[in-house]
Amino acid sequence: MLIENSVLESKKQLGERIYQIKLHSPKIAKLVKPGQFCNIKVSDSDFPLLRRPFSVSNVDGDYISILFDIHGEGTKILSEKENGNVLNILGPLGNGFNFLGDYKTAIFVAGGLGAAPFPLLAKHLNDKAIVSFIGARNKNFIIQEDLPNPQISTDDGSLGYKGNVVELLSNYIIQNDLKEFRIFSCGPNPMLKALQELSKEKNYDCQISVECAMACGFGICQGCPIETSDGGGYKLVCKDGPVFNAMEVTL
Amino acid sequence: MSNIDLSISIGNLKLKNPILLASGTVGYGNEIAQLTDLSKLGGIVTKSLSLKPRKGNPPQRIVETPSGMLNAIGLANVGVDVFIKEKIPFLKELNTTIICNIAASSIEEYVECVQILTHEETIQAFEINVSCPNVKEGGLIFGNDLSSVGRITEKVRAVTKKPIIIKLSPNVPKISEFAEIVKKEGGDAVSAINTLVGSAFDIYTRKPKIKNITGGLSGPAIKPVAIAKVLEIKRNVDIPIIGIGGIMNWKDTAEFMIVGASAVQVGTGNFINPNLGNEIVEGLYEFCSKQKIEKLSEMIGSYQI
Repeated sequence: MLIENSVLESKKQLGERIYQIKLHSPKIAKLVKPGQFCNIKVSDSDFPLLRRPFSVSNVDGDYISILFDIHGEGTKILSEKENGNVLNILGPLGNGFNFLGDYKTAIFVAGGLGAAPFPLLAKHLNDKAIVSFIGARNKNFIIQEDLPNPQISTDDGSLGYKGNVVELLSNYIIQNDLKEFRIFSCGPNPMLKALQELSKEKNYDCQISVECAMACGFGICQGCPIETSDGGGYKLVCKDGPVFNAMEVTL
Repeated sequence: MSNIDLSISIGNLKLKNPILLASGTVGYGNEIAQLTDLSKLGGIVTKSLSLKPRKGNPPQRIVETPSGMLNAIGLANVGVDVFIKEKIPFLKELNTTIICNIAASSIEEYVECVQILTHEETIQAFEINVSCPNVKEGGLIFGNDLSSVGRITEKVRAVTKKPIIIKLSPNVPKISEFAEIVKKEGGDAVSAINTLVGSAFDIYTRKPKIKNITGGLSGPAIKPVAIAKVLEIKRNVDIPIIGIGGIMNWKDTAEFMIVGASAVQVGTGNFINPNLGNEIVEGLYEFCSKQKIEKLSEMIGSYQI
């Protein structure tokens, strides 16, 4: 965990409101693990006041890339940055995916921008087969860059399977009689909840990466609690997560 | 250059410089120590402790507002026992002044916490939080009531010789009356201000943006209020003041000192720049050297009105 002033190397628009930026962050690039995030200051002024958290999507040598959509004022400012601009980045933060183990197939489940952390995770899974399940409202929100073996679903059927991505996954596992797999997922809460229920019912090995509003990103503000499923209290999304075992927390 | 004296005193508490990090914005020091050198600061104030652990409020606990943020954490903390066993050993090694903040639901609980913790050598002073706006019991019920603040000060004074700082609420008509009673009952200093009660609603769902409905407003948005409150205390009561409220740089610190603060606490700023405290120390040093100020303490209450 450190603070690095990072020069914007390039910016690419992936959809109407979706952007990918590449930043020169040699120190963070060296340290970051799949599923970890960075907290970025998007302006030099008090507006917006707080940093904005983003998953690190990929690493390429001394560069990290971030994927985001224009969601509010902070991400709007970020989308207007130009090559050569400097961003103050705090990272890498949190605990990433636990991808070590004896399983044979890694299953990615990404809802919309939840695709963000998977390109980096894929790079670390050399000895595993990978299937990527990608779901979104419609085809304009599907992000499949650098995701191996994509299986797509959209709510309106404009691309791939018509329906939700968890149904698609569930059918796929049954049809292909898939065994010895681990699920890694990231996306909106309703999707994660559905996946959590499926995993509980079928006893699947599943990790979820959750989102939460946060101020500091490293445990001092206590602003991002998530309830533990044993009812014992709260964990912090920033410091104890953002990746949790699906059985560990209540969404 | 090297003869500039940044040190200040609050009663018999000596600080190497006036920069403290505020309670609830540094936890128990372990996380932020990875990002800044705490030994170069005046000190840190640890997260509010209660006798027993508190799990805190359900999410959503925070929301950003223009130049500020609202929080309703609900005093989530590990409790006195775990603090002593697990947090003190780390704090002991920090080589900075440790001020322990206490928040309780009853006068007896304040007394019991201080009674236990006063034996810990690592703790050099107590800050008594009588002004948390986000819990049902204690908090503002005490902080808005003069006689309660007086009684808490008196009872805590009776069980410790260490400096006692009472953290005051700005949500009162006349803050100087509270400072007066703290002084009368033997408190060594006041810190001002805690957060202002605020709220924010989503216009589409028509629901509050934080679960607790109201929260405490902090950040640069509250600085002018804090400056006015510190000045009010300074002009009416002879007691050391620790200024808090929206400090984001050394200039804000200088402003607080001019209106009467002996020291300051950096709070919300730590969330954005965990090294802010040290940047302020450097900025103040440079300011003093350019302004030919030999002792920073000369600035305290030096306003020209």
